[in-house]
Amino acid sequence: MADLTSHAPKSADEIRETYTELTRRKRLYGGVLLVLFVALMAAGFRTADDRNAGSFYDGFHRILDYPAEVLAEAGEKAAQLPGHMVHFFPALIETLNIAGAATLIGAIFGTLLSLLATRGMAPWPRLIPLFRRIMDICRAIPEIVIALVLIFVLGGGPVPAMIAIAIHTAGALGKLFSEVNENASLKPVEGLNSTGASWAQRMWLGVIPQVGPNYVSYALLRFEINIRASAILGFVGAGGIGYELKNAMSWGQGRYDEAAAIFILLFASIVVVDQISGAMRDRLTHGKRTSTRKGATA
Amino acid sequence: MTLMDLNASPLKGDMDKLFLKKRLMNFGIPALILLYLGYVFVTFDVLGLWERASMDNARTLVADSYSYKTHVTRDNRNGAVTYAIEGERKGQYPDGTRPAWVATTGDTTVIDLEDGHVVRFGPETIEYDVPGYGLITATPSRSQGVQVVLPEGEVPAWINLSKNRLAITTDAGRLSVTRNRSEVFRYFMGWELFFFTLDSPYHGLSLFELANRAVSGEAGAILNDIWTNKMWRHSDVAWAIGETILMAFLGTFGAGLIALPLAFLGTRNFMPVLAIRFVARRFFDFVRGVDSLIWTVVLARAFGPGPMTGALAILITDTGTFGKIFSEALENVDEKQIEGVASTGAKPVQRYRFGVIPQITPVLLSQLLYFLESNTRSATIIGAITGGGIGLLLTQAIITQKDWEEVAYYIVLIVLMVMFMDWFSGWLRKRLIQGGAGGH
Repeated sequence: MADLTSHAPKSADEIRETYTELTRRKRLYGGVLLVLFVALMAAGFRTADDRNAGSFYDGFHRILDYPAEVLAEAGEKAAQLPGHMVHFFPALIETLNIAGAATLIGAIFGTLLSLLATRGMAPWPRLIPLFRRIMDICRAIPEIVIALVLIFVLGGGPVPAMIAIAIHTAGALGKLFSEVNENASLKPVEGLNSTGASWAQRMWLGVIPQVGPNYVSYALLRFEINIRASAILGFVGAGGIGYELKNAMSWGQGRYDEAAAIFILLFASIVVVDQISGAMRDRLTHGKRTSTRKGATA
Repeated sequence: MTLMDLNASPLKGDMDKLFLKKRLMNFGIPALILLYLGYVFVTFDVLGLWERASMDNARTLVADSYSYKTHVTRDNRNGAVTYAIEGERKGQYPDGTRPAWVATTGDTTVIDLEDGHVVRFGPETIEYDVPGYGLITATPSRSQGVQVVLPEGEVPAWINLSKNRLAITTDAGRLSVTRNRSEVFRYFMGWELFFFTLDSPYHGLSLFELANRAVSGEAGAILNDIWTNKMWRHSDVAWAIGETILMAFLGTFGAGLIALPLAFLGTRNFMPVLAIRFVARRFFDFVRGVDSLIWTVVLARAFGPGPMTGALAILITDTGTFGKIFSEALENVDEKQIEGVASTGAKPVQRYRFGVIPQITPVLLSQLLYFLESNTRSATIIGAITGGGIGLLLTQAIITQKDWEEVAYYIVLIVLMVMFMDWFSGWLRKRLIQGGAGGH
């Protein structure tokens, strides 16, 4: 306060002048940024268009051609669609299993990594930066890289995709989990420590009950993402519904009904899983909301 | 005391129940997880996979990613000997030059594999002197296949012999002889020809010498030789990385631009008409649910392979995601600021510009930048499907199943690219949000 009043009061003109100067500069920066952004977008669009096989303007009319063909053929053979869906259902289950197992394994390793990388919980505080880097690298590797390399070694199938997604999930969840851990109270850990509990016991009994709901909520969100990832990896040879889609598409015209059945299965399962996990997450965060309110008043 | 006892016994019952529930949860959930993992283990046939896994493939993959081999090849029909790195035309030694460890005297080529291992390509016979074993001679001929003379005793496991083929694998290198050609591989550490190919005048010069030449006006030519390196294709790789980042950039910000106005249609406070709100929300759900894989497939049909297709696939999928996130953010805006702006006599456009946009900019920007990073990864994957960017180069290199050093190089580049985008978007987020909304 003393600082503010010690300044000589400026005249209204002076204040207005500095204010208009400030807004002008802000507007200039904003304008420059906007122009730069628009230029980048335009140049990027042109470059991408030049390097594409078909140009944007030619292809634009044809966007709906393929879906229309597929739909038309699916409409003709509508009676066969349920049969196809039953036929491809095991592939869908495989895709869901890849995502589920990868999420579980990734969450387990993510939990370990996050506990090892949080100050106050880590058993070896000096190694915290190392575990952080490990998480960063796991997060940075796109699933397809590991999947393709593992397919070469292990042969095609669901396991390479599962490992690839699990590695990425461990990194991604590890980062989110360690943010959750930072907000957890360390008092239970200290209490357990005073009773002579081991590190695993301290974490399992002192930390996990606090952060569990948040962990589950993040893991569910990851599961949604991982279903999409596992479908895509199937397309490059890792089995599941993506692989069936690739095959059905390579048959070309005449077999579009199979592709349509797979599209419908994939779409429906994504929507259903999104809805269920959205509802579950909502419940978890509602539970959390009361607990944080308690925490805030305490 | 009696009062206490009366109150305590139901309480104790409650606690017992709670403890039982906790115990069940504590043991039940890990048991369920284990059960599920066990089920997956069986359905995915992990044991069978372990048996089928090709350890040879793994070994070549690992060895090849940090080493390279030089082929010395003799055409057995005309006796011509060629030298090529990785056996590729691009890595061939120009006529009249050869590696320092190969000597020729008359018709004989002597290849020194070090540690006493010496291979001689004679005019008629091929000889391999293996220390501690003896001399192996092979005479390839058109009519009788490959005739091999080995030292006395049993044929060791590292010699593979048939009527038309001899293959020897030792720690020093490999020799294979067929009717038509004899070939020696010698292995070296590192990524050879990374900067200059053999036909470049700068190949084999020391760093000091290169710096000298660069200073004396050849910097342009040196950079050009690196840039146009046929073996490692640095210019193609740089373009591919650029394409991938471009896909992510165009897709993310294009989606943001399209989703922002649409998001208003899906909010309770800005869109009073229920029908439009409902349609907008279902539209977002549909676009998100169709998934980038299906969009990629559909768009690839219309636009052909390339970065534009990938960018559009990201754009369409993220329009749904952003629409949902932005409309949630818009529903949470504070009405008081809008009222305040309105009380100064602002028109509707100004009310949005000064009352609404400043409130949602931090959320909007941080989401956009967060997605920019994650879309860099998606663009790599989508590129592998549509055929654009570093994803395409990676899949091509993996499909050849022999350029593992290039695969390793691309993987390193991809990881660095994603980490750079992660850092960059975090940095930008901090700058923009601090400047725009004052703190956070």
